[in-house]
Amino acid sequence: MNLQWMAWTAPTAIFFAVIAGLLVLFTVLAILFPETPRRGILRIETTRGDRLFITLLGSAYINAAWLALSGLPQWWALGLCALYAAAVFRWV
Amino acid sequence: MDKPVNQKAWFLVLPVLVLVAFSAVIPLMTVVNYSVQDTFGNNVFFWHGIGWFQEVLTSPRVHGAFGRQLLFSAIVLAIQIPLGVAIALCMPRRGIWVSVCLVLMALPLLIPWNVVGTIWQILGRSDIGLLGRALDAMGISFNYARNPLHAWIIVVVMDVWHWTSLVALLAYAGLRSIPQAYYQAAEIDQASRWKVFRYIELPKMRGVLLIAVLLRFMDSFMIYTEPFVVTGGGPGSATSFLSIDLVKMALGQFDLGPAAAFSLLYFLVILLVSWVFYTVMTTIDRAEG
Repeated sequence: MNLQWMAWTAPTAIFFAVIAGLLVLFTVLAILFPETPRRGILRIETTRGDRLFITLLGSAYINAAWLALSGLPQWWALGLCALYAAAVFRWV
Repeated sequence: MDKPVNQKAWFLVLPVLVLVAFSAVIPLMTVVNYSVQDTFGNNVFFWHGIGWFQEVLTSPRVHGAFGRQLLFSAIVLAIQIPLGVAIALCMPRRGIWVSVCLVLMALPLLIPWNVVGTIWQILGRSDIGLLGRALDAMGISFNYARNPLHAWIIVVVMDVWHWTSLVALLAYAGLRSIPQAYYQAAEIDQASRWKVFRYIELPKMRGVLLIAVLLRFMDSFMIYTEPFVVTGGGPGSATSFLSIDLVKMALGQFDLGPAAAFSLLYFLVILLVSWVFYTVMTTIDRAEG
């Protein structure tokens, strides 16, 4: 299979592999440890998968905002995203 | 009784999964790959990192398009929602005129976008268009190709003409679902017309109106065809909304990298709004049982 037209790079491949890995991990977790949805500070029912989605989408916004406003190394935004992820999984 | 658990039904989703992979996921992955690289054609790419994202995020051109897009969506919502509700309130509740009204209201919704654009493009021209000629005869020189304000007016009026019926039909469906007993109770209490609207009709329409707002926001936020046909994004870049600007960048200038970064950021906004849309809808569904 020739994938040259997709213009793959190592960083984007890692990016998608991490997301795919997270999806697989959360599917396995959902099978091994079934859960009931809960209500957090957003006042909506969320499952672990919903919280993962909120985390990923929010992280994209955090990275974009960091890039647009801070001018500091982009890696630091990743640390901020980790804090945000912890907060989402704890309180949302 | 416990329901039997059988997850084999998931295999029935496979065809859709394959279809979506080819029509959406793989192209989207390619766009992500483009967004971190530069190319001069011939399928040769050079690593550019997050440079394009930085450029797009700080570009006055993109900020302008984003601002115009938000303004357009805000104006369109501010007109269409109240107007749609008002039309729904005026529509007959029973009798032969119900069907006539419904069909007439549905007509604009059935017309393809590019045809809507062509209709208004011709209608607004001062040489051959009915509207343009009429305004000209009244002494108003209307030229949407040269005057940015006129271009905005025609694009907004076109969108209102095209989509207000959707809001009206949704609001009408909401109104029809109110049991007669509520109106009778209001009559006994001698409630005024305004009070009936404020305390019975509006709360009962809340769900459908929310759906109408979100649908109209999404549609107007992604608008491309109609303004492209009517004004082509001009004059200058006065009506270059996000989609129009994106196409100019990607296909007109063939700046694949910046256009890919631009489209990903655009996609993020759409994704957030879609998620809110979905969450609100499911929450309403659950609340109303």
